Amino acid sequence: MTSPELMTRVLGSRRKFAQGDVACAYGAILGGCDFFAGYPITPATEVAEAMAALMPRLGHPVMQMEDEIASLSAVIGASWAGGRAMTATSGPGFSLMQEGIGYACMTEAPCVIVNVQRSGPSTGQPTEPAQGDMLQARWGTHGDHEIIALAPASVQECVDLTRLAFNLAEEYRNPVLVMTDGEVGHMREPIILPSADELELVSRRPPTTAPESYLPFAGGGDAAPEMAAFGTGYHTYVTGLTHDERGLPSTDDAAAHTALVERLVGKIRDHTDRLTRVEEDLQDGATVGIVSYGISARSAAGAVRIARSQGLRVSHLRLVGVFPFPEEAVQRFVEGMDRVIVPEMNLGQICHVVREAVEGSAAVERVGRIGGEIIRPEEIVRAVVDGGERV
Amino acid sequence: MFNQAKRIRDKYIRDEMWPSIFCTGCGVGNVLNYTLRAIDAIGLDIDRTVFCSGIGCSSRLPGYIDADGLHTTHGRALAFATGVKVYKPELSVIVFTGDGDMAGIGGNHFIHAARRNVDMTVICINNNNYGMTGGQVSPTTPVGDLSTTTPYGNFEQPFDLCRLAIGAGAPFVARWTMGFPYETVAAIESAIRTKGFGFVEILAPCPTGAGKANELGDAPANWDWYKKNTITRMDLAALDPEERALNRKIIVGTLWQEDKPEYLDGWQELVGRLQGEGEQGV
Amino acid sequence: MKKEIRICGFGGQGIVLAGVILGEAASRAGFEAVQTQSYGPESRGGAARSEVVVSTEPIDYPRVSRADVLIALSQASYDSYVGEMAKDGTVVIDGDLVQAEGAAAVPFTTTAEKVGRKIVANMVMLGYLAALLDLVPQDVLEGTVMDNIPTGTEELNRRALQAGRELFGGGSHDES
Repeated sequence: MTSPELMTRVLGSRRKFAQGDVACAYGAILGGCDFFAGYPITPATEVAEAMAALMPRLGHPVMQMEDEIASLSAVIGASWAGGRAMTATSGPGFSLMQEGIGYACMTEAPCVIVNVQRSGPSTGQPTEPAQGDMLQARWGTHGDHEIIALAPASVQECVDLTRLAFNLAEEYRNPVLVMTDGEVGHMREPIILPSADELELVSRRPPTTAPESYLPFAGGGDAAPEMAAFGTGYHTYVTGLTHDERGLPSTDDAAAHTALVERLVGKIRDHTDRLTRVEEDLQDGATVGIVSYGISARSAAGAVRIARSQGLRVSHLRLVGVFPFPEEAVQRFVEGMDRVIVPEMNLGQICHVVREAVEGSAAVERVGRIGGEIIRPEEIVRAVVDGGERV
Repeated sequence: MFNQAKRIRDKYIRDEMWPSIFCTGCGVGNVLNYTLRAIDAIGLDIDRTVFCSGIGCSSRLPGYIDADGLHTTHGRALAFATGVKVYKPELSVIVFTGDGDMAGIGGNHFIHAARRNVDMTVICINNNNYGMTGGQVSPTTPVGDLSTTTPYGNFEQPFDLCRLAIGAGAPFVARWTMGFPYETVAAIESAIRTKGFGFVEILAPCPTGAGKANELGDAPANWDWYKKNTITRMDLAALDPEERALNRKIIVGTLWQEDKPEYLDGWQELVGRLQGEGEQGV
Repeated sequence: MKKEIRICGFGGQGIVLAGVILGEAASRAGFEAVQTQSYGPESRGGAARSEVVVSTEPIDYPRVSRADVLIALSQASYDSYVGEMAKDGTVVIDGDLVQAEGAAAVPFTTTAEKVGRKIVANMVMLGYLAALLDLVPQDVLEGTVMDNIPTGTEELNRRALQAGRELFGGGSHDES
């Protein structure tokens, strides 16, 4: 681990006026990141550039790989060698990484992936922000799996949530996605970095038994299994094939496969409570609510301010953690409401998950915006008054 | 000889994974044998050795070795291996891959790993087809050969993997076949000792796939094909110029060897230089 | 207090840097601040726009809704954004580059040439803008500028800021 003195010297002043992408780099380093591999892509390139400048000064490897697939592969390799590893990309690269994300889920390899979302599909509008990869974040890779996804809505949150992502990745032995967007990624705001003395890093649990009895993919217990790093004498066999608790392939064993995949899914799903991170701004008597995340939460907050100044009653729930989806928090939020509005920079993604969660107890409407300009508060206010697009 | 085999088996093989999946006459099991003999001869610390692989028959080898193993996604083993080695340089990294895994889907990672010259040993078992999936054409399938996806004969030109490795910058490149066990073991040893990207292509039969499609006959006949169709570099050099010019046999031997800076040398030099200069933030 | 500032023109005029410095200076002066930018696709000559929101309260919507101050350094950008002003908003144009009724026309470009180099027109503009806003202490602005420019250009930029300040304070702009 880096000495606090060195980290302080390299990161410089704790108060900065920084871009979201660069803030993700600060957050990563403060989250104990000691390996970064990436590939240039608008609007995420600045993350790699910041890491390229900072990591060597800390003695931590940073690599530009030949493509995004190689970047995530190197990250997972470094993770198994004991590293706290991260990559950063945007839509087209995120699509390439899906197989690797599945491999990380299947082998329970902690890793962090930043997706600075841009307008798609395909090459789309490379320099324009969007929130069009949210369902892909949840279901982009094949097969049953769970993902942890955080949605920063400010430059400070780029620092804080990227930091948090590392601890969550280690605790749950799962990939963690930091879903920012081109707006948050490139805007500048004042930030305060935590002191290098107060980092509180959570790490994967090391083995507590001798190699003969070590089970790197053990079931039972409330936590992710112990994980020995390569090179420590534990002779771990890691494979994307379905495997037993020892890690040995068990493709012909339906029971073993079921046990494994149910455990991988339950590992996250059963901890939805602990992984729920939301911010509430409730108003007594409000029958209309807004559920937002990421950059659109800034627009939503503006809308709430304007609406209330006009005498309207409206409550606001911001999802800081989007996956595992905080169903209970959304259901509680929606109690007593007639309508809930979901603003997002896409043609409707999280609104469907909200609708599923509320199960008809309130009408779900969306305010969608694509093309690159972030949603204006007035558009959301109009939806509060006249209704948004029914989902 | 037999004591040696038993000793090596007891020392290195993961018993719970045995017996292997390999077909009769397959060359992959032999490569396992040669590799274990090589690491045993060198005295490699098995606790500090990681075996990586992609997907395919060749890529099943790490599972049989009682050591840290990383069986990854198709074509990507070299990228994973890069992450392992660069993060923890004290580890020895040995990669098992195949012609399809490395030169088909993995081609880009292959040339970049060689270019970067990260210290690792790459053993590419070339059986001229995608064996695991039933024998499809691969980037090394000879012109004219039949396969399940070239039922009328392959008309595409194949790669010469060693030329590709040399062109991409690998400092040690060797090619052998099943008929040269001692030389193959020695080549693997040299590749491991190479501080950099050590590449060994091992031509192996696939009697169930390519061998069957091209009517090479039984397992021994498959092996014989390599004897008939390869020539060592030394034997080639011994031919008179006219015969040499007419040679169409595959050349085996150590095909390239040079000293050049390894990736981690450059990285460590950079880190050292920055520490000397004092740090500034971004 | 909240001020929404929009600076626009074409790429290569240093508009984004000016916005970044203003935002950072405001933050150093103790305000909440957000700086954003937009570009056209071309590197030089395409449209560029930098927005800064400065407030005493946390800022929700990070963009300019209705500009309190619009600084237009190109005709095209003036035409695009003059319609999105706040009531009592101020429009400032580079009098050397833009023609407009009712806007304060300030000779940023020729002043920059007098200071030494046309390329510091954005610093002249920044000095003027800071004086207009009257939110950020001079020394804080100057310190922020110094931290954001290449070594060796400090004196030139300092003179440009001062010249811009004087353009505002000295009343040497004309309502055209």
